[in-house]
Amino acid sequence: MAKVLMKGNEAVGKAAIEAGCRYFFGYPITPQSELPEYMARELPKVGGVFVQSESEISAINMVYGAASAGARVMTSSSSPGIALKQEGIGYITKANRPAVIVNMMRGGPGLGTIQPSQADYHMCVKGGSNGDYHNIVLAPSSIQEAVDMVIEAFDLADIYLTPVIILADGLIGQMMEPVEFTNKKQREIPKKDWALVGKGKGERHITKNLDLNPLDLERENIELFEKYKKIEENETQYEDYLMEDAEYAFVAYGTSARIVKSAVRKLREEGYKIGLIRPKTLWPFPKEAFKRNNIKKYIDIEMSMGQMVDDVKLACEDVHKVVFYGRSGGVILSSEEIVDFGKSIMGGAL
Amino acid sequence: MSVVFQKTKGLTDNKTHYCPGCSHGIVHRLVAEVLEEMNLLEDTIVVVPVGCAVLALNYFDVDAIQAAHGRAPATATGIKRVHPDKTVFTYQGDGDLAAIGTAEIVHAAARGEKITTIFINNGIYGMTGGQMAPTTLPYMKATTAPLGRDVNIQGYPIKVSEMISTLDGAKYVERVSVNTPANVIKAKKAIRKAFEVQQKGLGFSLIEVVSSCPTNWGLTPVKAMEFVSEKMIPYYPLGVYKDETAEEAK
Amino acid sequence: METQKICFAGFGGQGVLSAGKLLTYAGMLEGKEVSWCPSYGPEMRGGTANCAVVVSDEPVASPVITENATAAVIMNLPSFDKFVNIVKSGGTIIINSSLIDKKVERDDVKVIYVPANEIAKEIGNPNLLNIILIGALIAIEKTVSENSIIDAFTKVFGENKAKFIPINKEAIEKGIECAKSQI
Repeated sequence: MAKVLMKGNEAVGKAAIEAGCRYFFGYPITPQSELPEYMARELPKVGGVFVQSESEISAINMVYGAASAGARVMTSSSSPGIALKQEGIGYITKANRPAVIVNMMRGGPGLGTIQPSQADYHMCVKGGSNGDYHNIVLAPSSIQEAVDMVIEAFDLADIYLTPVIILADGLIGQMMEPVEFTNKKQREIPKKDWALVGKGKGERHITKNLDLNPLDLERENIELFEKYKKIEENETQYEDYLMEDAEYAFVAYGTSARIVKSAVRKLREEGYKIGLIRPKTLWPFPKEAFKRNNIKKYIDIEMSMGQMVDDVKLACEDVHKVVFYGRSGGVILSSEEIVDFGKSIMGGAL
Repeated sequence: MSVVFQKTKGLTDNKTHYCPGCSHGIVHRLVAEVLEEMNLLEDTIVVVPVGCAVLALNYFDVDAIQAAHGRAPATATGIKRVHPDKTVFTYQGDGDLAAIGTAEIVHAAARGEKITTIFINNGIYGMTGGQMAPTTLPYMKATTAPLGRDVNIQGYPIKVSEMISTLDGAKYVERVSVNTPANVIKAKKAIRKAFEVQQKGLGFSLIEVVSSCPTNWGLTPVKAMEFVSEKMIPYYPLGVYKDETAEEAK
Repeated sequence: METQKICFAGFGGQGVLSAGKLLTYAGMLEGKEVSWCPSYGPEMRGGTANCAVVVSDEPVASPVITENATAAVIMNLPSFDKFVNIVKSGGTIIINSSLIDKKVERDDVKVIYVPANEIAKEIGNPNLLNIILIGALIAIEKTVSENSIIDAFTKVFGENKAKFIPINKEAIEKGIECAKSQI
C-alpha cells in the first residue's frame, strides 16, 4: 500500500482498526479529539462500537469491561484525562486484562496547556495508579512509528495480558506525515479462554480484582512481577542513532528525539562525536543501552522539567555522567537550543 | 419421591459472609432464581460493586467481574457492547451507585444501556463500617454523622428510582423491599420484569431494593426489618416508577 | 534542496490548512520528507488559522515553525505582523494584497503581492484564493512542481473533486504568472 498523508490522531485510529480493535470508549480532550472522532466515524463501518462516555473514568472502566469480555479495545486521552483514567488502568492491570491506552500528552500540571509536552513520563511509566505494577509504555517518534506501535501494542497487550500505553504528545497527534499501513504480520495470540462470555456448560469465568488475604495478593503480585521480568527480557526496544564512535550520547524519546536527531546531524557536521540513544519502550526501560564505557556524558533531553532522566541515571549507574536539558509547559524544543546545550557540555571536545 | 423445593442453581455452594438479618442474601436468591427460571444462567455476566457485595462473585453461579467503586455500570456497558446477546447486570449498593458512581449509573441509564441494575439501598455504608450514605435518612445516625444526618449540614438523601425514572433510556424502574414475605414475592416479580426488559432489548432497567443493615444500624435483625417498614419505606415509597414495557410493545 | 519551512496564515475559510496540506502532499508525492502541523485550540476559535509545512531531503525534526521560516503565505491582515517577522533573511513572503493594504517593510526578503481574491473572482470561484497563492509560492520557492500540486489535489480533496482540477490548474498558473511578473 502506498504512503498516505495522515494526521497522527487519525493514523493511530486507523492502525487500531487494522489491528482488529473494534471497541473504543473515549471522551474529548485537546489535542487528541480527532482520534475519538475518527473512531466514531470509522468503527461502525467495520461492525465496531464507539461510545462517547460521560468521563474518562467511565471510559476506562468500559474498557475494563470490554477487555474482560475478550475484545480488542482502546481508549485515548491527553494528560489530565489520563490522570482520570489511572483508577481503571490499575484495575485492568490487577485483573490481567489487555487494553491499549493512548496518551497524546500536553503540558501540566492541572489543566496546564493544550500544547505538546512530555511531562507524563512519571505518571505513565512509573505508574499513576495505586499498588505494585508496571504497564508497557511505547513512545513513538513519528506518525509511522505511532502506527506500527499501536499495532504492536494490541499484540503485546493480548500476549502479556496487560494495559499497553502509547505515550505520544500533541505534536504527534496533530501533525500530518506520510505513513504506510503495511499489514505487518501480527504475533501469535494466546486463546482468551478467560473471557466473560457466560459460563455455558463449563466453568465460570471470573475477572477478579480483590484479594482479602495478604498472602494471596502477595503471591499474585509476585506472579505479576515474574511476568514483568519476561517482558523486560523480551520486549525492551531502543534505537541507537550515530552511536558507533560516539563519545557523547543524547538521550531522548518521542517528539524530543526527532528534534535531537537533527541536532546530532548538525553537531556531527561540525565534527562532534555524538549520537542519540532513543528508548522506544519507556517501560521496560532499555537499561542495557547505558552500559557503555566510552560515553563521557549522557545528555538527556525532554519536553519536561526532567523525568526520564531519573531512569537514565539509574541505568548508567553514575549520576555524574548524566546532564539534563528540557523545556516545559508546552514549549517545543528547537534543534538550535539542543545544539547549543550539547556544545556547552562537550566544550571544545572535537 | 418428588422434589418440591431445592436450592436455586443460580447460587454457588459457598457460604456467604453477610450478617444475620442482612437483605443481601434474600436478594441474591431472588436474582438467582429469576435467572434460573429464565434459563439465563449460562449466558449471564454479573458486575459486582465495591462494598459488601464485592464478594457476590463468589455467590452468583454465573460469569462475574469485580468493578471499581461506582463504575459497575460503565464496566457492564463495556461487556454488553461486546456481547449484546448476553445478559449483563450490575449489583450495587447505595454508596457505590448513588455517591461515587452517580455519573456512571445516570449515564448508563441515559444511554439506554441494555443492562439491568439491582440496587441495594440500606441507607448506610456496610463494608467500611457504618458511614453516612447518600441515602441515609434525615436524623439517622452514622459514624460520619454521629449526631444524625442534619440536612442543613449533610444535605438530603438521593431518591434513586425517582431520579433514574426521569431518563428516557430507562425503560423499567421499580422500588421494592424484602421486609415481608409479600414484598419478597413482589420483589422477585420486579426483578424478573427487569431482566425481561433486557431480554427484549428495550433499554435500561433498575430495581431498587429497600434493604436492611442490622449491624451498622445497631439493631437486631427483627428490629431492622421494622425500621425498614416504619422509616425507610415511608421515605422511599415502593412502586413502579417507570414502565415503558407496554408502550414499547405496541 | 535546503529544508523549506513554510507558514500559511489567514482566516478560517480561506483554505489556510488545506493549502498547507496540498503542498505537503505534493512534496510527499515527489519523494521528499514532509510534515504539516496546524495551530490548534483556542487560537482557531478566534477565526484565525495557520499551519506549518516542512519539505526537506532530510527527516523532519520539528514540524513546528517558530522562527527562521523560509517562506510565509499571509492571507489576511491580522496574520501580517506575526508572520512577516517569522521569515528568515533571504526568505519569501507571499501577501494576499486583496485583504492586506500594508507593505512589508523589510528589504532582506522577497515579497510578492498577489491580489488573490480579485484573481479568484476573475476565474469565477472565490474559493480558489489559496490555490492562487500556492502558485505564487512555488513560482518563487520551487518547493514542488505545479504538476505535483495537481496530482495531490484529489488525494487531499477526494476523487469526487476531480472535476475541479482544470479550474484549479488555471488558478495555480495565474498565481505563478502574478509572481513571475514581480521578480
